[in-house]
Amino acid sequence: MTTKSLTFPQAFPRPKSSTGIWSWIGTVDHKRIGTMYGIVSFIWFIVGGIEAMLMRLQLSSAENDLIGPEAYNQLFTMHGTTMVFLVIMPLSAAFFNWLIPLQIGARDVAFPRLNALSFWIFLFGGLIINASWITGNAPNGGWFGYAPNSGSTFNPGMGMTYWVVGLNVLGVASIAAGLNFIVTILNMRAPGMGMFKIPIFTWMTLITSVLIVLAMPILAVAGIMLMTDRVYGTHFFNSLGGGDPVMWQHIFWLFGHPEVYILILPAMGIVSEVLPTFARKPLFGYPFVVFAGAAIAFMGWFVWSHHMFTVGLGPAANTAFSISTMLIAVPTGVKIFNWLGTLWGGNIRLNTPMLFSISFIAMFTIGGLSGVIHASPPTDAQQQDTYFVVAHFHYVLVGGALLGIFSGIYFWWPKFTGHFLNEKLGIANWALMLIGFNLQFAPMHWLGMDGMPRRIYTYAENMGWETSNLAASIGGFILALGILVFMINVVYSRMNKVMSGNDPWDGRTLEWATTSPPPVHDFDEIPQVKYRDDFWFQKHPETISEYHHDLHDDDTEKALPVVSDDADGHGDDHGHGGIHLPDMSYYPFILSAGVAIIGAGFLTNTYVIGAGVPVLLWGLVGWSMEPVNDPE
Amino acid sequence: MTQAAATEHHEPVENTSTGLNSRKLMMWAFLASDVMFFGAFIATYLVYRGKSLVGPYPSEILDIPITSVSTFVLLMSSLAMVLGLHYVKEGQKNKATLWILAVVVLGAIFMGFQFFEFKTFAHEGLTPRTNIFGTTFFILTGIHGAHVTIGVIWMAILAYGSHKGSLRPDSSLDLEIAGLYWHFVDIVWIVIFTVIYLISASDGPPLGVGPTIVH
Repeated sequence: MTTKSLTFPQAFPRPKSSTGIWSWIGTVDHKRIGTMYGIVSFIWFIVGGIEAMLMRLQLSSAENDLIGPEAYNQLFTMHGTTMVFLVIMPLSAAFFNWLIPLQIGARDVAFPRLNALSFWIFLFGGLIINASWITGNAPNGGWFGYAPNSGSTFNPGMGMTYWVVGLNVLGVASIAAGLNFIVTILNMRAPGMGMFKIPIFTWMTLITSVLIVLAMPILAVAGIMLMTDRVYGTHFFNSLGGGDPVMWQHIFWLFGHPEVYILILPAMGIVSEVLPTFARKPLFGYPFVVFAGAAIAFMGWFVWSHHMFTVGLGPAANTAFSISTMLIAVPTGVKIFNWLGTLWGGNIRLNTPMLFSISFIAMFTIGGLSGVIHASPPTDAQQQDTYFVVAHFHYVLVGGALLGIFSGIYFWWPKFTGHFLNEKLGIANWALMLIGFNLQFAPMHWLGMDGMPRRIYTYAENMGWETSNLAASIGGFILALGILVFMINVVYSRMNKVMSGNDPWDGRTLEWATTSPPPVHDFDEIPQVKYRDDFWFQKHPETISEYHHDLHDDDTEKALPVVSDDADGHGDDHGHGGIHLPDMSYYPFILSAGVAIIGAGFLTNTYVIGAGVPVLLWGLVGWSMEPVNDPE
Repeated sequence: MTQAAATEHHEPVENTSTGLNSRKLMMWAFLASDVMFFGAFIATYLVYRGKSLVGPYPSEILDIPITSVSTFVLLMSSLAMVLGLHYVKEGQKNKATLWILAVVVLGAIFMGFQFFEFKTFAHEGLTPRTNIFGTTFFILTGIHGAHVTIGVIWMAILAYGSHKGSLRPDSSLDLEIAGLYWHFVDIVWIVIFTVIYLISASDGPPLGVGPTIVH
């Protein structure tokens, strides 16, 4: 590198300062990127929550005319799209970014600039989708965008085009992040940390990343097909031209069902870290949790048609997908027993993270059980498009994924910031969320059983649905109050700091070994790992014999005599010694701006695409000419 | 991805947990992702095979001899790729440049064939809007063509680097990673050629649709 002189002109000097707005735009630090992911996706969470509250207001009484059918369609479409792609996925990404390098004892991810690129593209993708509100025509075809309803014949406005372009931009961000974390986890583990010694959250991140990398391209294919149908008049989903609208359902759910596991597996990983810490026991059956996660990820590819039991695919297809759907409940059930086994006989402390995690198990089990009910096609035929389905997936996504994420927020907040979140406000937050959530979604089970359809903006007075709907609306606002208490807690805890120290919970994994918040380089010295939960056994060596008496048999992978010392995983062969971190760079931001402008071009006109291409090329060329580190 | 990062590698054994180079590992993971991308398009093509309601049908328009030639050209580019990498590793700069350039030229010839084919089809009345065969054919081969184009640009940059002397034996990984991508795009074409040109060559109108419209 030193032999090659740099000739590419830099429009402005490389960012050096560690404070100020430019230091955030130019950052490649996984912790800062994680923070930005967290903040941006929380803002979208508020937006998606407001959309939900508007729908609950509309449905709180029969024959309500607060919101018309057009606006209601836009609200439920944007609520689903926002919560899936702009909230749960990036909130998980915030945890990936913050924790993976810390948990595996590395100084950064494998490709720090690519990581920054993922964040910026995610930011622009979210802005593109939501820009549709400003132009007055938000997407209205549901988060699943079923053809032909999403095609230009039945949906001539620009809304669904925004949706397709935004999702394709977001897909690029997700794939790049997924690739990055796969390589990081495989290649940048601390010396001695074999694959069966990495923390369970890291395992779930690896499995989730593999799913992202394999599933998001399919969404891209669906998006490209819908896009060409809408804009260029192709016939993928147009039956008059020989296409088939059902094809959209197949492609979308082939992506969509693995996506469900992309949403839940990170939360399962968080819970699998919180429970052992607060039960002061190792995770019960670690290999089972790992293999159950992998089994879920594998089987998740063979269940997509259970979203389509009423389409009429025939008894053979319905039977096959019914069986595979019932089978996938097995590894999920294995995990639930692992969590219960972890709690069994433990020395349990009921701090806020633990309360959230235990509620996760309960709520996720309810959601999982109503899911198994859908696995039977005749039963599903009764429930298709009713509120029963709404109740089911909110129990797994809010009661599951979101409670798990909140557990993680309370658990790792001291590591992120150096101070605790207030415990009393935390318990209030937890109680309000749990009560509000159940009051909101439990009645939807019987509303659905009683035949109330989804995606209707109002219902008749004589159906007997008023009381349950009012209860659900009140529950929704209690849930929102819980989120408000969380925000108050963040501000309050920041103003009245209770310092946590490095290891407030007596943690088990490597992130607790460094300071809170961690230094830029994460670890002064890269840790050497001997056991699973190595940090715990360093602190409590007397427990080693209790858990590792059979270590020499159990040790499936020999300790690796490898020192991954450089932040980009390339090894430190400069001979300078010391710690090398990648320098900051503006190019990820510039490149993502190019992608965003090209995306916006599909929504406006071709000249805008033409304007985006030079920006994209500037980012690409500048990036490839810029060394990871400036010569010293 | 970065030219600069690779020049840091002086040793074949990587300083990573798996012993594999991080960039190479990422390219493999990316190719897995791309398999799903092409897989979904190819599956769509197969599902829609023989579903066109109006002509031109594949049996009327596909020119298998010409496409066989372009397929042969693309396959030969993979051979040139292997030789290019070989000579870069050997440190024979001129031969390496020549063979990498051959990849660029052969890839460009393939693109020329595709351009010619698209133009001819459009002239004969087949566009993405004509029927479902047109839709699936143009989008699938077009996406593949986009991959080839990116590869040609990438290889051209590497050929320039080889000519300038920045692509040396110790940075041969740059070419190796580009080569993984190139061979992959090549293999995908073998699948597409089989699925579109060989399997569907005799596809006419579906049952129940009237006599073929002759062009």
